[in-house]
Amino acid sequence: MKNTSRLFLVILCAGIVSCNNAPETTTTKTVSADTISASGGQEKVKDNESEKDIVKVAVSSKDHTTLVAALKQADLVTSLSNAGPFTVFAPTNAAFDKLPAGTVDGLMKNEKKEDLQNILQYHVTLSALKADALHDGQVLGMVNGDNVTVTVKDGKIMLNNSATIVASIPASNGMVHVIDGVLLPPEKKK
Amino acid sequence: MKNFKLFPVALFVSIVSLLFVDSCKPKNAGNAVTADAASKSYVAPGKYDEFYNFVSGGFSGQMSVYGLPSGRLLRVVPVFSVDPEKGYGYSEETKPMLNTSRGFVPWDDLHHSELSQTNGEIDGRWVFANANNTPRVARIDLSTFRTAEIIELPNSAGNHSSPFITENTEYVVAGTRFSVPPDNVNGDVPINSYKKNFKGTISFISVDKATGNMNIAFQLKCPGVNFDLSHAGKGKSHGWFFFSCYNTEQANTLLEVNASQRDKDFIMAVNWKKAEEYLKAGKGQKETVKYAHNIYDEKNHTATSELKTEVIVLDTKELKDICYFIPCPKSPHGCDVDPTGEYIVGSGKLAALIPVFSFDKLMNAITAKDFIGDYDGIPVVKYESALYGEVKKPGLGPLHTEFDGKGNAITTFFVSSEIVKWNIKDLKVLDRASTYYSPGHLCIPGGDSKKPNAKYVIVYNKITKDRYLPTGPELAQSAQIFDITGDKMQLILDFPTIGEPHYAQAVSADVIKNNSLKFYKIEENTNAFVTKGESSAKVVRKDKRVDIYITAIRSHFAPDNIEGIKMGDDVYWHVTNLEQDWDVPHGFAIKNASNGELLVMPGETQTLKWTPEKPGIFPFYCTDFCSALHQEMQGYVRVSPANSSTALLFSTGKNVAPVDSAVSK
Repeated sequence: MKNTSRLFLVILCAGIVSCNNAPETTTTKTVSADTISASGGQEKVKDNESEKDIVKVAVSSKDHTTLVAALKQADLVTSLSNAGPFTVFAPTNAAFDKLPAGTVDGLMKNEKKEDLQNILQYHVTLSALKADALHDGQVLGMVNGDNVTVTVKDGKIMLNNSATIVASIPASNGMVHVIDGVLLPPEKKK
Repeated sequence: MKNFKLFPVALFVSIVSLLFVDSCKPKNAGNAVTADAASKSYVAPGKYDEFYNFVSGGFSGQMSVYGLPSGRLLRVVPVFSVDPEKGYGYSEETKPMLNTSRGFVPWDDLHHSELSQTNGEIDGRWVFANANNTPRVARIDLSTFRTAEIIELPNSAGNHSSPFITENTEYVVAGTRFSVPPDNVNGDVPINSYKKNFKGTISFISVDKATGNMNIAFQLKCPGVNFDLSHAGKGKSHGWFFFSCYNTEQANTLLEVNASQRDKDFIMAVNWKKAEEYLKAGKGQKETVKYAHNIYDEKNHTATSELKTEVIVLDTKELKDICYFIPCPKSPHGCDVDPTGEYIVGSGKLAALIPVFSFDKLMNAITAKDFIGDYDGIPVVKYESALYGEVKKPGLGPLHTEFDGKGNAITTFFVSSEIVKWNIKDLKVLDRASTYYSPGHLCIPGGDSKKPNAKYVIVYNKITKDRYLPTGPELAQSAQIFDITGDKMQLILDFPTIGEPHYAQAVSADVIKNNSLKFYKIEENTNAFVTKGESSAKVVRKDKRVDIYITAIRSHFAPDNIEGIKMGDDVYWHVTNLEQDWDVPHGFAIKNASNGELLVMPGETQTLKWTPEKPGIFPFYCTDFCSALHQEMQGYVRVSPANSSTALLFSTGKNVAPVDSAVSK
């Protein structure tokens, strides 16, 4: 998504250049660079007073450093600092460690960015769902377009029968449910 | 002193000079803007402006806040008029702010803004504003950018000479433009008994140092003239206040002609420290009057309006050494005091010069009783004895002056559509620049304080023919920004304004921006109808009154299904925004509400009164795009006939089995 907006900026700058007959393109490059650094994204807004948003909740948890690094690599920090409302299933570091060796490192490579985005977006759904709003058999449509199925047994809430909610933390723009496994989206049909 | 013959001559001279003085003609607008103007006013997307600009909205009754130098409109602060954008004057909590001794007044005329000061410097705490028509003064809190307090002024009409302040914001003044019979006497008198029955009143409103709360400390009863504008002394002249006066002819009809008879009107110098002494000595007269005092409480988000009935009046005719008149040519308008407090500039609308008075000379003249007589019991100082000097042929129709803190003054000229920079010491004109067109006030950041920050002067124009795309019979008024860091004043931008800008003030953003409130803490919300969590949401019936305690959070209301409302009920929707996050207001609207809508800040409670007009289903929804599921933020209320047995029910998200057979089978 960000690539698209960058492309748009470039096109926009090109438009300005041709309108103004500016002698060199370097000046317009400076303008676009300024624009990007000046805004910096919603996550950069200094605000220690408001309730923490989902990103700030994740950043403040020592059990979620892998998730935070992955969100940054996948360019999802700005989106999750947005008004929401989101429900985020947040795998712990230990959950990521349960994946086959090398999986996380592989996903963190630039050429695997789309795969990483697909996996992370499979952990996010729109609307702020508290734990008591999740019930057995419920199907949640996730941001990546696939579904997650909820099962509730003996007071335990599981997702896709593979990850259990171990804690729930309200955030200003939604809910964070900490889970003990990573949700893997279904293989895409070619 | 009356000089009927002089007037037509002066007018003729004015017209002749208007026609032939080339320098006074507005130059071609295209030539006036130089190539680097755009870069000087350009603020990159994502960057903050350097200054806040608080601009009066004139007949809109509001105050608008712009960023400078970009001219971006940041906010319109509702003050003396209802504002559908903010819910101001529509919610039950804000309605009392617009209450007066004559009841609810939904629209007034706001003329001047004045930022609070400490030691003569802008401190960024409050900005004051005056209502001209129903005389009032408002205080706007600059942590919330909301009107915090409004006080009405008895014995007044046309509160124009206001809301100027002393250098530590000890007082805000309010001088009445239209002299009228005082409130406590029978005002049913012939209009042409002006000289006998009409009085001018000046109010000194004290401002509490900690809370900002206003109180009419005393009023000065003065001769019946028109008090126009004013400014406090500062530094050496702290303790004095200066008011321009016109219509010293005391005309009561066709003032256009009859108030322009005299060669000189006055600037009235007021020794307010002396007035304080008299007040302390019990020389004031308690008068029975009626005025409203409205305060908005930030803890319970509720305004209260109290009717007060007493004011203390000092009669300046009897208490001789409070007021002195200084003759000032031709119906003075602006009355401005330089940063040192020594020079007082009067701008006669019809004068061909600008007189500059010296505070030291004025003090000497008063001590030496260098008077030419008295006017209605007030001593009149000899013009030359108070005069420092005159700026000769500065332009046509001088109105207002601000100061750059470097020894210079800049004055607007309405008739010749220009601003003129002149040196206070040698009274020589240094530069002039055309404005487009017919400027009234002007503003240099801190330009009426001890410490101007003279990067820009902003000029507020009345006429914009040919400046903007036409929009029917009425065109926007404008602000024009000039860079004044060099020898030549350079026009860099103009932008349209909200309503008509009269006075405006500007201050470095650093003084204000870090104190800006982000949200109201829900645990500190003491509104009588607050709902502090969804589990406390409820609907309470008491006879024909139904109170709905409803919460809003991304992205639903609780409750969002309500039944059991009946015809004849008065329904109060108390909407609490549970968000504790900056810039996440929720709106509230319900179909067929005859009053309006609500806009509720995070952590705040606001109330909409709703009287159903027919049985049926009425949807309600959030009006402020709050989130990705904003369109889902809605609910229904069912209204039944008065005699129905529909039970009172309310819920959110309960998957109750549908009652309609089509779905449940």
